[in-house]
Amino acid sequence: MDSMTIIAAVSIITAGLTIAIGSIAPAIGEGKAVANALTALAQQPDASSTITRTLFVGLAMIESVAIYCLVISMILIFANPFWNHVISQSTGN
Amino acid sequence: MRLSPDENIFWQYGFLVLNSTIVTTWVLMLIMTMGSILITRKLKVEGDITRWQGFLEIVVTTIQQQIKEVGLKNPRQYLGFIGTLFLFIAVSNVCAIIPFYEPPTGSLSTTSALALSVFVAVLYYGIAERGLVAYLKSYVKPTFIMLPFNIVSEVSRTFALAIRLFGNIMSGTMIVGILLSIVPFIAPVIMNILGLLTGMVQAYIFSILATVYIAAATRTRET
Repeated sequence: MDSMTIIAAVSIITAGLTIAIGSIAPAIGEGKAVANALTALAQQPDASSTITRTLFVGLAMIESVAIYCLVISMILIFANPFWNHVISQSTGN
Repeated sequence: MRLSPDENIFWQYGFLVLNSTIVTTWVLMLIMTMGSILITRKLKVEGDITRWQGFLEIVVTTIQQQIKEVGLKNPRQYLGFIGTLFLFIAVSNVCAIIPFYEPPTGSLSTTSALALSVFVAVLYYGIAERGLVAYLKSYVKPTFIMLPFNIVSEVSRTFALAIRLFGNIMSGTMIVGILLSIVPFIAPVIMNILGLLTGMVQAYIFSILATVYIAAATRTRET
C-alpha cells in the first residue's frame, strides 16, 4: 500500500470509529439524565418548569460531546487536511 | 461536499470576500431591524394594541422572564444582549424552511463571533458589577492553585459554545443533504422538521448558557 491508500483508509476507519465510540457515552448519559428527570417530574410536578429547563441545558451540554465527535468525523471525511496535503503534493510533482 | 456556507463566494476583491454567510446575516439583520422599527413606530399603552405589538411584547417579556429565572437580579440590563443573541440564532435557524437558504449559524465563523461576544460580555458585566479587583480575585478562588483551571475553563467553554452551535446546525443541513441523495421523498422533510426543533433548542441553549455564565460572573459572594 502506498501512503495515499493508507491515509485514505485510516481516515475513513477513524471517522467511523470516532462517531461509533463517541456516541456511546453521551447516549448513556442522556438516558440517565432523562430517566432521573422523569422521576423528579413524577415526584414534583410543580417544579416542572425548572426541571425541564435544567434538563434541556444539561442535555445540550451532554450532546455537545457527541457533536464534537460528529464534527471530527465530518472533518476526516469531507475536509481532511492530511488528504488535502497528499493531493497537493501529488499534483504539484 | 461543502461543510459551511463560507465557501459559497459571491464577490471577491483581494482579501475582501463576500460570501453567502455575510450576505444572509446582513439580510436577516436588515429584516429584523426594519421589522422592529416598523412595529415599534406607533406603540400604544391604552386601548387595543396591534397584533404585532402584542407579539413583540410576548417575545420581550418571555425573554425577560427566562433571564430572571436563571438568577440575574436586574433582567432589563441584560435584555439587549441576551435577547439579541436568542432572536438572531432563532430566526436564522427557523428560516431554514425557505428554499436555497443556508443558515449563517451553520458556519464556524458566525458561531465563533457569537461565542467571542459572549466571552467579552462575561468579562464586561463581571467587571462592571463587581469591580476589576474583585472580579480578578474570583479567578484565584478557592485557592491560588485553581487559577490555570479557571482560565482554561473560561476559554474552553467559549470554544464549546461555538462548536456546539456550529455542529448542530451543520449536521442538520448535512443530514438533509445526504438523505436527499438516498431517499429523496419523505425522509428529508421529517429531518428538516427535526432540524427546526434542534435549531430552536440550540438558540435557547445558547442564550441560557450565556445568561448562566454572566450570572456566575456577576454573582457577589453570599457568605
